[in-house]
Amino acid sequence: MIDVSKLTIESAHDHLIKGDFTAVELTQTYLDIIAKKNPEINAYREVFVDALEQAKQADIKIKSGKVGSVNLLTGIPFAMKDNILIEGRIAGASSKILENYKASYDATVTKKLKEAGAIFLGRTNMDEFAMGGSTENSAYGATRNPVDPTRVSGGSSGGSVAAVAMDGALAALGTDTGGSVRQPASFCGMVGLKPTYGAISRYGLIAMGSSLDQAGPITKTVADSEIIFNTIKGKDKYDSTSADSLFTGKEEKLKLTIGVPRHFMKEGIDVDVLKNFEETLKKLENAGHTIVDVSLPNIDYSLAVYYVLMPAEVSSNLARFDGIKYGAHADGKDLLEDYMLTRGQFLGKEVRRRIILGTYVLSTGYYDAYYGKARATQNLLKKDFIEAFKEVDVIVTPTSPTPSFKVGEKASDPLSMYLADIFTVTANLVGVPAISVPCGTANREGKDLPLGFQIMAPHFREDILFQLGKVVESVR
Amino acid sequence: MITIEDIQKLSELSRIKIAPEEQETLRTQIESILGYIDQIKKATLVSDAVSQKPTVQAGALRNVLREDGEPHMPSEFTERVLASAPAREDNYLKVKKIM
Repeated sequence: MIDVSKLTIESAHDHLIKGDFTAVELTQTYLDIIAKKNPEINAYREVFVDALEQAKQADIKIKSGKVGSVNLLTGIPFAMKDNILIEGRIAGASSKILENYKASYDATVTKKLKEAGAIFLGRTNMDEFAMGGSTENSAYGATRNPVDPTRVSGGSSGGSVAAVAMDGALAALGTDTGGSVRQPASFCGMVGLKPTYGAISRYGLIAMGSSLDQAGPITKTVADSEIIFNTIKGKDKYDSTSADSLFTGKEEKLKLTIGVPRHFMKEGIDVDVLKNFEETLKKLENAGHTIVDVSLPNIDYSLAVYYVLMPAEVSSNLARFDGIKYGAHADGKDLLEDYMLTRGQFLGKEVRRRIILGTYVLSTGYYDAYYGKARATQNLLKKDFIEAFKEVDVIVTPTSPTPSFKVGEKASDPLSMYLADIFTVTANLVGVPAISVPCGTANREGKDLPLGFQIMAPHFREDILFQLGKVVESVR
Repeated sequence: MITIEDIQKLSELSRIKIAPEEQETLRTQIESILGYIDQIKKATLVSDAVSQKPTVQAGALRNVLREDGEPHMPSEFTERVLASAPAREDNYLKVKKIM
């Protein structure tokens, strides 16, 4: 049996090339761990029966040793979030309304990973339609935190993160609309990247908030995150909002100016989170970087703006689930009742809540006060960031105001769950890239719960995130 | 202030049947969320017209159009797409009588 706990993409690749083990053996090791741990953690919704067959194909590529046919990701076992389409396989977004929906095409990220020779082990649990911060909103039960299974994995990409954290995959893809890759990564001690809006094609992701959604890698190291990002990024003709980076790589700086919005970190933050954050800053300063205060005058409004724009987009995007074109269907006396019953019966509570909220903020008489005002305030936020990035190279915050909470703790109060997104939503609203890197732990009931350090950089400057992320890893 | 009638109206608009016993819970939750959201009303805009003007920097949203062209073969995707439909008749989605 291979010890996968210390493997990274690069080290696994070296072993595969040297012949220390095959992709089939590596895949089998992960499948054995999944069989043992998944019943408790509930990271996977489905393990693909042909995973070993995919691994055989990867081994053939590796053995052929042809230049160009082998990539760093060839033979690397991945977990895929249940809202990323893989042709011919079920993509359910962990919702009853899509329970048996089979994808009719590959998402662009799927296609790029396939071309690189990656192996898909299975699809992972998530908050229904990616709406939530704990994976408790899945129609198929919560995903538990491998560090402490009485606690949540975070969400919405909780299954993808837990899969990697429990050594049930070497890497995973998730999606991030307001923190859904970064927050669970922070809760489970993984690295989670939300790329610049447009850096990665959204084609083939089941949409939640189209102006905010991005796919992103979940990995054990920053270097792994960089490898995957470089494989799946780029302009795609099927997503008109995608773009190639204009950054040329000529402005690299060894010592960075790190901005901290301290005015935004006055209340509601766990003392251990704050202490760890300050310690991390001190270490970065000792490593030669400069820490300065940075002002983002409108950032206090981020979460409110997010909870207007996101539900508005949700209410439009989810109109397509009507029981007619695909998915589950409930029969009523006429067409209207078919819609009402199908959506009432097969959409979960949180999804219904957000559709209702979105319908409200878009309705006649309220549009200007909510949607219009939120869009205008979003533009102010963008300007705040553009101004701030004239003074600093990055802006940092804790990823989440608290470590992972107990399963069930916040389930009855949607607003308290929303407040957990306070540090992550801004990057989606502004479109800048952000990464969460493990930076230490907070002890709760004898368990060392992981904490995350969030770094945000200007548009298309993921390179700075990787640069500073590696420093955070090394000083931890 | 959100009323039960508001919730019923929103339920109709969004085509989601909401059981009567769930309506009051939903009403209080929506009211509490809107209570939080209301703080955006305090955001001071220099001028709404100015701040809504799209930014031209990297990352700004913009429309991207393409010429029509490259049509696919008739019925090339029909089977794949219709395979997911709950009810069909030949190459059509089947729905209840509308008029």
